[in-house]
Amino acid sequence: MSYKNQNLFYNPTFRSILFQVLAVALLAFFFYSIIDNALSNLESRGIATGLSFLNQEAGFGIGLSLVEYDETHTYGRTFVVGLLNTALVSILGILFATVLGFTVGIARLSSNWLVSRCAAVYIETFRNIPLLLQIFFWYFAVLQALPSPRQSLSLGESVFLNVRGLFFPSPVFEEGSNLIGMAIVLAIVFIIFLAKWASNKQTLTGQQTPVFRYSIILLITLPSFSFFLSGMPISIEYPELKGFNFRGGISIIPELAALVVALSVYTASFIAEIVRSGINAVNHGQTEAAMALGLPKNKTLKLVVIPQAMRIIIPPLTSQYLNLTKNSSLAMAIGYPDLVSVFAGTTLNQTGQAIEIITMTMAVYLTLSLLTSFLMNIYNDKVALVER
Amino acid sequence: MSTHQFQPNLPPPANTVGVITWLKKHLFNGPVNSLLTIIIAYLAFNGLWSAVNWALINADWIGTTRDACTSEGACWVMINVRWDQFMYGFYPTEELWRPQLFYGLLAIFVALLAYEHTPKKVAIWLVFVNIFPFFATFLLYGGVLGLPVVDTHLWGGLLITLVIAIVGIVVSLPIGVALALGRRSEMPIIRSMCTVYIEIWRGVPLITVLFMASVMLPLFLSEGMELDKLFRALIGVVLFSAAYMAEVVRGGLQAIPKGQYEAADALGLGYWKKMRLIILPQALKITIPSIVNTFIGLFKDTSLVLIIGMFDVLGVGQAANTDPEWLGFSTESYVFVALVFWVFCFSMSRYSIYLENKLHTGHKR
Repeated sequence: MSYKNQNLFYNPTFRSILFQVLAVALLAFFFYSIIDNALSNLESRGIATGLSFLNQEAGFGIGLSLVEYDETHTYGRTFVVGLLNTALVSILGILFATVLGFTVGIARLSSNWLVSRCAAVYIETFRNIPLLLQIFFWYFAVLQALPSPRQSLSLGESVFLNVRGLFFPSPVFEEGSNLIGMAIVLAIVFIIFLAKWASNKQTLTGQQTPVFRYSIILLITLPSFSFFLSGMPISIEYPELKGFNFRGGISIIPELAALVVALSVYTASFIAEIVRSGINAVNHGQTEAAMALGLPKNKTLKLVVIPQAMRIIIPPLTSQYLNLTKNSSLAMAIGYPDLVSVFAGTTLNQTGQAIEIITMTMAVYLTLSLLTSFLMNIYNDKVALVER
Repeated sequence: MSTHQFQPNLPPPANTVGVITWLKKHLFNGPVNSLLTIIIAYLAFNGLWSAVNWALINADWIGTTRDACTSEGACWVMINVRWDQFMYGFYPTEELWRPQLFYGLLAIFVALLAYEHTPKKVAIWLVFVNIFPFFATFLLYGGVLGLPVVDTHLWGGLLITLVIAIVGIVVSLPIGVALALGRRSEMPIIRSMCTVYIEIWRGVPLITVLFMASVMLPLFLSEGMELDKLFRALIGVVLFSAAYMAEVVRGGLQAIPKGQYEAADALGLGYWKKMRLIILPQALKITIPSIVNTFIGLFKDTSLVLIIGMFDVLGVGQAANTDPEWLGFSTESYVFVALVFWVFCFSMSRYSIYLENKLHTGHKR
């Protein structure tokens, strides 16, 4: 009796194919039944389907918009406005969280006991409290307790802080300010060439050039030189109290401020732990080898430890950035007009097209996170330690 | 012949031990550090002192109305008055023994499972996972043995936070294990299905998942079928955390040396026996700390259910702030809610660190 004549069910290939066919059939049945249900439900409730609602007039205002928007624009436009607001809060949050997180993470490793304890207390406090609670705290308990516009806290009569938000002067670009923009671009081009030249020089001769110092000098002198040369075309507009609120200048609404503060404080506590473990993960032999070569302590950190630690730090760091972006959807709880709030909130309530809207919203976040993980994989392949 | 006698150990040099040396080494090594120490000590002391002053010394504790809050500090009367709401939501007063019994049993189970030397731990664990949830459902919801039904919209406070977190973890763990095995399976269709599932749920924010569960899910059910709001939220939480759990378990599966798989194959074990007897026990053991960490994340995320209109601890606190009789005490309620979450999360994270050290044996690489 040959093996083949045995019961077909014990054949591994057959079993594997059978299971997969069963799985596909189950999945297809599942999707068929929910789609069927959804279609009949939508019909009985009189809800339209399809994406044509994106061209309808929205009819509601949005408190903060980076592009032109009013009630007469379409739902498609509200999607864009929400997306840009999400991007705004995420980028600001990522910037602050990175700075704060690295500071706390390095403080955690400080040789000063008190500094490292304070950093530990910071991390353990903010990591263990829900983000939503922190957002509420900053918004309702801190920012809503600020004085009214008439009694605003002010800094040198140009920066004002009150219950309506933070107001500070904005630059007004007049004719001739293009020259300054060009000067900045020119400075950046110079810096790129300088950096290339310096690294070439280092490989050839071993001599180092203080590129960073030169870059700062270039970035300051070139634009300021052109500023005076073109007859000072930038003026400053100060916020002024008119009626019940401030006009002019740049204003940051309290919702944005609370969200950015909460997101960056919360995420920084995670970034700090990532930075600490990344630096700790660099083999101590590396530090000792650097010391044996006679490198001073700060150069050991800068040239030996940090570059190796970054390899460990960057992947979890990006996933924290992604978390921050996803967490920015909590904006809805305090009424900051982000994507979830204006699109999956107001637009959904007005049109009732839950399936299309939730799917679009999820697709945005999903695209972002898949894109990030794709880029991260490329990065990982590039920097992965090539061992013997 | 005299035997060789070792000299007693000399004491360590005087400049390496003692309080003064410790202070010198850790707080005052160099002028910059000394200055930093003094400034931070001053700030920390001031901050701590004013916090203690506000929260304990100048605070009001007893009373029933806001008139009881006369001093400058915190007004804990507000928490006192709403204590039952924070603990049980709007659960009927005469039925409060039911959530209390639930808390008591839960505490006993957690204590038994957390303690290292409990006998028959596996049996307790199985009871906790398989029997306790059903018992708790009947106890809290009622409808059997003459217990009156308490509708889930009356549940709230810590009760709902714990229910969501525990159901989330207990249900999502087996799903997560299945997904992790599927993602490492050799069948291409199964593998890609599991991968797609995991990546989709991990890529979207929980709040959109909760929205989906509360507005999209009713559309997917056939007409006439109504799902309870809490149940819908639970479905969303379970689907979401199963994806995270799957990645945690996959990490554990990958950490098991290939030799273990090969040895199981060499013994002639089939796939399920191999997984059940050889791989999963080892993999789950090393992933316990990560599972606890996932649970901490889930526990914090339960607060999001307030956005779809449920009253968890934070929801009760938020409702308390808008009560016209108690306006202006939002800091107190936030501090209290934060403390509740912090105590839970911090103790769990300490426990996970303790486990990690204890399990730092065997296959940890």
